[in-house]
Formats: sequence, C-alpha cells, structure tokens
Amino acid sequence: MEKVKKQLVVSAIENGTVIDHIPNDNVSTVVRILDLYKLDNEIFLGANLNSKKYGKKGIIKIKDKFFEDFEINKIALVASTATIIEIKDYKVYRKFEVTVPETISGIIKCFNPKCVTNMEITSTKFKIVDKKDIKLMCHYCEKITKKETLEFF
Amino acid sequence: MKNKSLISISDYSVDEIMEVLELAKEFEKNPSQRIAESKVIASLFFEPSTRTMMSFESAANRLGARVIGFNEVSSTSVSKGESLSDTIKTVSLYSDLIVIRHHIEGAARFASEVSKVPVINAGDGANQHPTQCMLDLFSILRTQNTLDNLDIVLVGDLKFGRTVHSLVKAMTNFNTTFHLVSPVELKLPSAVKMFIKNRKLKYYQYTSMEEAIKKADIVYMTRIQRERFSDPLEYERVKNSYTLSKNLLVDVKPNMKILHPLPRVNEISEDVDNTPQAYYFDQALNGVYVRQALISKILGLK
Repeated sequence: MEKVKKQLVVSAIENGTVIDHIPNDNVSTVVRILDLYKLDNEIFLGANLNSKKYGKKGIIKIKDKFFEDFEINKIALVASTATIIEIKDYKVYRKFEVTVPETISGIIKCFNPKCVTNMEITSTKFKIVDKKDIKLMCHYCEKITKKETLEFF
Repeated sequence: MKNKSLISISDYSVDEIMEVLELAKEFEKNPSQRIAESKVIASLFFEPSTRTMMSFESAANRLGARVIGFNEVSSTSVSKGESLSDTIKTVSLYSDLIVIRHHIEGAARFASEVSKVPVINAGDGANQHPTQCMLDLFSILRTQNTLDNLDIVLVGDLKFGRTVHSLVKAMTNFNTTFHLVSPVELKLPSAVKMFIKNRKLKYYQYTSMEEAIKKADIVYMTRIQRERFSDPLEYERVKNSYTLSKNLLVDVKPNMKILHPLPRVNEISEDVDNTPQAYYFDQALNGVYVRQALISKILGLK
C-alpha cells in the first residue's frame, strides 16, 4: 500500500517538480512565496497526507516546471523540512532538501513599523543571521524579524 | 574610504575607523584647514537636531565647504508630498556629499542607495548614529591613549540607547570588559550582548553604579527617560540611583573619564563638571574634529 501511495505522490507527473514534506499548515504560504498562482502550469496541492516522519504533511506538484535553486530555497523559511524532487519522464531526476539562503529580497515584510520599507519603499532585503531559528536582519533598519513575526507580502 | 557612505558603524572596518580617528587628531591640533573650498555639502535634517546639525556644519565650515540644506521639512517640497527617493536624487545633483537625519529607520541606507554622492547618516530614528559612535571612540582614545583592554562602565538606559548599542558593538573589537549598570527594565538587549559573547569578552551587570565606577577607565552616562517605564512609580523610584554626583568620585582610577552623548538632564550633577573626570563637553567638541576627518576622507581630500 505504502509503495502504491509513494508512486502516486512522486511519479504522477511526467515532467515537473514535486515539493514534498511541507509542514501541513504552510502549503498555501509556499504557493504564495513561489508565486505559483501566476503560472499556467497544472498544479496539484495536497494536505493532511500521512507522513512517517512528520505525521501530517503537505505536498505540491507543478507540471512542466523546474525552479532555480535560489528561487526554491526561499521556501526554507517556512518549510525547512521540504524536499524538492525533480521528475523527468516519470523518473526522479534530482532530489534535494531545501537550504536556508544567505539573503532574501522581497516576499517578507520587515516587522518594524518604523522601518523605511513600511513607509517609503516596498522592496525589502534581509540577511539571514540565524538559519536555525530563522532570524532575519533588515538591510535598512537593522532590526531582527523572527520566525514568530514573519509576515509575507 | 573615498566616496564610501557611512550609514552604520559596521560599514567601516576597524582599520578605516582608526584612520578617521588618527586624522581627527590632526584636526584637533589644527582645526581650520580650508581644503574643501570647492565642495558643497548638503545637510538634510528631516527631523530637527540642532546639536548634531551645528556640529556637522561647524565641521564643514572649518573645512571651507559650503553647506546647503534644511533643518525642518515644513518649508521644503517634502511637505508637498515629494518622496524621499526624489528628494535625495535631486539633492545629490547639487552636492558632493549628503548628511542626512531622518526619523524613519533605514532612511539613510535607502538614501545611500539612490544617491549619486556619498551619504553620512546623522541618525535614522532609533537605528544608527555612526558619527556619534566615532566621536565616542575618539574621546576614549584621546583620554586613554588606547582603545585596547579597557574597563567601560555604561550607565542608564541600556535598552533603548542607540549610542550605547553602537559603542558596545564597536568596542568588542578591542578586548573591552563591560560593566553594565541599569534598572532591570532597561537592561542591555540580548541581541547586543550576543556581540560581547561572540567575542568571548567579559561583562558584568549591576543595578547601582557605586561598585562599578571604581573599576572604570571610562564611565559612559546616558539619560533615563520617564516614558520608557511602563510604571511611572518605578521611574520615580530608580531615577536618582542613576545620577552621578561628585561624592561618588572617590577611589576612582586616576585615568577615569566620564562621557555623555548629551543633552544631559539630571543624570550628571553639575558639581561633577569641574572635576578632572568630566570630559563630556570636550567629547562634544571632539565631534567636530571627527566629522572634519570623516568628511575629508569621504571627499578624498586627505
């Protein structure tokens, strides 16, 4: 049974990317971070799937789409457990875990209401100063946005 | 350092900071050096700060530079709704260097990204004020002849005082021992303590200053503001225990000096002003030399 499910989850697309092991609550956030709603590709979203490792997990499959590493690593901020699986001809072509990037531009708001990015400009830029606990230092106001205060545009 | 903006003290390496401080010594000996006569410096104070503005303008004038700008925004196109970006882009066409003070945090960094000329941050809200940090370092260097292996006592509002945060970060480069004296509510934030810990330096925390002062090479006083306390009674209770008066200056080290970023309210009694330890007015004057040195370096004149 497990084997059948595995086949369904991973190989159901001929070509494309599978993002597996997404924390169950963060599937829609990952969609937003990767701007998936702007794509015309077929996209399958799954949630509440059983996972041996994590209990419940989410999954996203995007047909005929491959991401650059820097592009997809952004999701490590909200889905550090995610695995990226690239499928070609129904076979696993490449499989890797996401890693937290050094810097991140856009996507995330600075939590500091007095920051210039919340008043004069809208583009943000952060240096990730703690990859484990996810702490982002704003390039402009130099305040730390923590995991608990992460807010997306 | 030519054309290099200074937004945060960490933008400059220790060597670059030392270069500026060494040059400041030269300006201390000979303050009037009209080496910037052909230069125009824009002084854009989106938030009034008379003291900082005058210090910068004094520095610019002693270098012979012309200063253009404003000290309040009501008479400028900013009040008509012009964006910061447009203001900076325009002013950078008229000047060789921009000095900016703004109440929005990060405004100076943003300005340096849109400006064609280098930018010096003269304070952006609660964020950074790097020239204050440099003049603090210069004052320590001048009075102790070194920045290395000193005992620094910081007193007052260590939680919100941005000058304290920058000074602590900068001094972690010099094997400093920190003595932190503050009410419990206003302790140094853990994010700043991290810098001390990362360098494996020693720090001690106190709630009164008597004991710490005896160990000090430098006592750095700051103002405790009433509005920082959630409980006004707590403020009334602690305010006098962070006032430095002459009778506390017994058994202090002979080289000990007292610094304060000014303005002072009541945290240093006036009877301290005439003691050999009082250095805060010299410190304010040092600000002019340091800014002269910095402007000269950035404009490539020295």
